[in-house]
Amino acid sequence: MANIVQFENVGLRYGTGPDAGPETLSDVSFTLRSGAFYFLTGASGAGKTSLLKLLYLAQRPTRGVIRLFGEDAVVLSRDRLPGFRRRIGVVFQDFRLVPHLSTWDNIALPLRVAGMPEADIEQPVREMLAWVGLGDRADARPATLSGGEQQRVAIARAVIARPEILVADEPTGNVDPDMAERLLHLFESLNKLGTTVVVATHDFHLLGRIPGAQMMRLDRGRLLDPTGSLRYPPTRPDS
Amino acid sequence: MSGATKARSSAERRVLDEAGGLRAMTWVMAIMLFLTMLAAALGLATAGAARLLDRQLAGRLTVQIVEGDPVRRDGAAARVLASLRAMPGVARAVPVDRADLTRLLQPWLGADGADPQLPVPAMIDVDLGDSGDAAAVRVAAALRRFGPAIRVDRHESWMSPVNDVMRTLTFLALALVLLMASATAAVVVLAARAGLETHRATIGVMHMLGSTDLQVARLFQRRIALDATIGGVGGGLAALLVVAFIGVRLHGLGSELLGGVTLGGTDWIALALLPVAFVVLATLAARVTIVRALRHIL
Repeated sequence: MANIVQFENVGLRYGTGPDAGPETLSDVSFTLRSGAFYFLTGASGAGKTSLLKLLYLAQRPTRGVIRLFGEDAVVLSRDRLPGFRRRIGVVFQDFRLVPHLSTWDNIALPLRVAGMPEADIEQPVREMLAWVGLGDRADARPATLSGGEQQRVAIARAVIARPEILVADEPTGNVDPDMAERLLHLFESLNKLGTTVVVATHDFHLLGRIPGAQMMRLDRGRLLDPTGSLRYPPTRPDS
Repeated sequence: MSGATKARSSAERRVLDEAGGLRAMTWVMAIMLFLTMLAAALGLATAGAARLLDRQLAGRLTVQIVEGDPVRRDGAAARVLASLRAMPGVARAVPVDRADLTRLLQPWLGADGADPQLPVPAMIDVDLGDSGDAAAVRVAAALRRFGPAIRVDRHESWMSPVNDVMRTLTFLALALVLLMASATAAVVVLAARAGLETHRATIGVMHMLGSTDLQVARLFQRRIALDATIGGVGGGLAALLVVAFIGVRLHGLGSELLGGVTLGGTDWIALALLPVAFVVLATLAARVTIVRALRHIL
């Protein structure tokens, strides 16, 4: 399998000059292979969300090298970012659904952004709604959906454009264990279709549920267990 | 395309729309355009009146024969008239009828104005073929040989203050139109910036989904163009009605001077194009503002 993401000695510090804080991420190096499934774990504040932000190009690193799809993402011009972002699906921790759009329109948004003709949008959206079990909630606004339903809309939106990488930040943080397992199965089935999946979670119960999944563990901004070095089920950091 | 698809296809356009119905921006645009069109109508009508006045006065003279003795006055008038009619560059020379002069004097002198012994100067209206200064100067110089009793008045000179006022009004109207256009652009810039702030989260999501800056800007453009169009049509129609009403009232006055303050065909077309120009201006201002602001966001 080819490498799809490569981090080399990546550091991230928020703020500049006298306002600069301590390094949120320090000397992070790892490689993600195309079509693999990864868990990113670590305690709250370990830097998981910051690392994901670098991965889905919402943030540029302070130092180091990030290679994405074979190109240097650190020096990528602003004009080329949309093209790269369309190849990455993101499930945000807080869902970030557009509040005044229906479930249907939220899920269709990436296709519309990609310029797909309206006539071609209907079928994939209908399929995606069925896939996440929300066929009967197509016209509902996010405010009228439960946490689990919103999470599934967010996942459907992230995957509808068949991204090469799916990044999910604590996707099971707001749902009950049954729903968490169902969501994980959604990721697994997507992974089987060839998408590289990176799921950030601090729920250690989930880690052993995906056979073959690899784990990265962050601790205070440092990657303790580079990809693949740990066997699953992993050891809890505090054990 | 099915009905459901059609309804959903408008979703992208509604990505930023939260409030339905008429928005504040629509009203602002309507008021701005209403005032701009009134100012533009004033400018166009005054400019038209000034042009008409120019045409009417340019190359027109009145020659006065100021002589107390009626016999000598009439004799001099006849000689001057004959000389004028023989002069090259004089298109027309007509003596002002004595009855007309009496009628003009009547408001000031009453019945005494009709007294034939009243030493009223004889007058000759002259139209020059050439409206330039040189022709008028040549005629005045030629008439000087008839003695000091001959006076030449150029109509332009005594109507020039009126013309100056009209030109000032025209420039004032033009300045108002430009000022209103600038204010409209400023309002759009402020509205676009406020919109960016309001929809920051949605724009963030759009960016993460791979939206380009121009795609995001188009959402704002469409919304502002729609507001500007609705406001422009409303404000423009109201302004056209007011302008038409004032035109009818001015025409009804029967005044020669105010009668010239009317709008021609091209003036009406220019007024009708103003809303279009405002929509284009608002759309461009929104696009430039949004694209510039988005450059500061990754």
